[in-house]
Amino acid sequence: MYTLPNKLKLFAIIFMVVGAIGMVSGFLTVPGTTAEVKEMLASHGDGHGDDHGEATHDEAKDSHGETKTAHEAGEEAHGSEEEHLEHVLHQMQNRPWSALYIAAFFFFMISLGALAFYAIQHASQAGWSPVLFRVMEGITAYLPVGSIIMLVLLLLSVFHINHIFHWMDPELVNPESEHYDKLIAGKSGWLNPTGFLIRAVIYLLGFNAYRYFSRKWTRLQDDATDTRWFKRNFKLSAGFLVFFIYIESMMSWDWIMSFDPHWFSTLFGWYVFASMFVSAITVIAMITIYLKSKGYLDFVNNSHIHDLAKFMFAFSIFWTYLWFSQFMLIWYANIPEEVTYFVTRIEDYKLPFFGMVAMNFIFPVLLLMNSDYKRMNWFVIMAGIVILAGHYIDVFNMVMPATVGSSWFIGLPELGSLFFFFGLFVWVVFTALTKAPLLASGSPFLKESKHFHY
Amino acid sequence: MASKVIHAIYNDDDILMNAVKAVRNEHYHIEEIYTPFPVHGLDKAMGLADTRIAITSFMYGLLGLAVSITMMNYIMITDWPQDIGGKPSFSYIENMPAFVPIMFEMTVFFAAHLMVITFYMRSKLWPFKKAENPDVRTTDDHFLMAIDPGQQDLERVSQFLSDTGAIEISLIDKDDDH
Repeated sequence: MYTLPNKLKLFAIIFMVVGAIGMVSGFLTVPGTTAEVKEMLASHGDGHGDDHGEATHDEAKDSHGETKTAHEAGEEAHGSEEEHLEHVLHQMQNRPWSALYIAAFFFFMISLGALAFYAIQHASQAGWSPVLFRVMEGITAYLPVGSIIMLVLLLLSVFHINHIFHWMDPELVNPESEHYDKLIAGKSGWLNPTGFLIRAVIYLLGFNAYRYFSRKWTRLQDDATDTRWFKRNFKLSAGFLVFFIYIESMMSWDWIMSFDPHWFSTLFGWYVFASMFVSAITVIAMITIYLKSKGYLDFVNNSHIHDLAKFMFAFSIFWTYLWFSQFMLIWYANIPEEVTYFVTRIEDYKLPFFGMVAMNFIFPVLLLMNSDYKRMNWFVIMAGIVILAGHYIDVFNMVMPATVGSSWFIGLPELGSLFFFFGLFVWVVFTALTKAPLLASGSPFLKESKHFHY
Repeated sequence: MASKVIHAIYNDDDILMNAVKAVRNEHYHIEEIYTPFPVHGLDKAMGLADTRIAITSFMYGLLGLAVSITMMNYIMITDWPQDIGGKPSFSYIENMPAFVPIMFEMTVFFAAHLMVITFYMRSKLWPFKKAENPDVRTTDDHFLMAIDPGQQDLERVSQFLSDTGAIEISLIDKDDDH
């Protein structure tokens, strides 16, 4: 049995406290009026002034005006300074909420990806992985916590506590209103707050129900004399994967793609899935290496680490494939309603947008290509840190351009939220690891898994 | 005078693996092992050096990438620039996304084909090549270990080999042909 070291507990608490301070100060420093915005822009001086210069701002507005807050939608004239300040004010007010949402979703998606990976191991009856089941189960323990946080955040958006989901504004679907948006109104059969919440509940219940039963049954299998629970788990996992691949796609439309309600991409679900999966496998590898370095998991050999690193390598390439497929088709066709998505990102988010391709593709490909490096723990950890940071920026790039536009920065609210959820994640996952033996001793493939040798 | 070589035949890959370890413990020199199928871990047990084909593969991939870039640059930009879909081909870098699939394909093509050719050349395999296996049973269900006895006492070596589970041991005069 694993016992949670006090040092690690303290580490998690420190991250949560520091993160919470960052988050709260992020919310407190949000300007309330346009006058304050004016002051803030002026005090930032030349360096920052470039970002908010009239010229670049107007261009950005042209290209992605439709993705902005309610007050801006449909505005043709954008000359007046007051309107500009009003616009920046809304972006700044969205920023701490977006930062919170991104970090919450990022850690939620890691546990969900680990759950999908876990289900695949059961459904494929993989022989190499049963020694890692408890690590995966530990990571999925964050799922219920993450689900509740996500649901609360979505509820806050639906009840207009924040305005990060532009399409939730009822003005946009009201034909009488001057802000009436024909495209969003046309999508309101799917994109309406009631349906949005009902779907969110279905998604989350589905994920959590699978997690609950699958974990329970592997625990029962530990003490069983036959393979009854193993067989049941197999059937449940196969069924869950069918559910998951549809639901995950819809979840990405609802929770991420709808930030840009005019824009759509048919492979978006896959794209989010790739990000989720590679981050989850990276976390599985990192936690396994960490536990092994502390003297636990002596049944895990370096071939297991090698296989996880292969998955990290392969899914980094898979992510790039989808990222590029989405980008190239839109770039080539150059249809205005599609291309705005990338125009915004390339104009206002050049560094994170191209930086994440380097972090998520070039870096892991070069680092993890060599077979021997995949067996060196510190190498896998270093590559893993870059991959995780890269995928955080990936989610950042999916959300921020639609909610805060050019007023972005990775500062106190972003890092605060990231730290807070990181601390919470570490706390929940490592506490869950103490609740069960670290070896799923009932798996019929246990012997094969222990002897797994590449 | 032709040197001698001992052929020890085994009929099970597990026995063979243990025999290889035992033979290496006694510091006899294994010249070659012929097996009907790839035996997992045999290269490590024999102490063979790691393959370097992965390094050649990487270099071939880089070559393919370079060839594709040069080729596309000549065809699409220098020689006959066209305006495709409102994207005139005046600059390689600006039209790069359209060329990425070809860059990828050529990288894979070069890496795969040249790696296979390298493998054949390195293993001295080419069409109409006369088979080198000393006993046709090694293509069916038997494993053959060729040992260079050097200056050792042949009787002792033979006895040792039969103790490791060899079902058949023969002393062959080595042809210098191959």
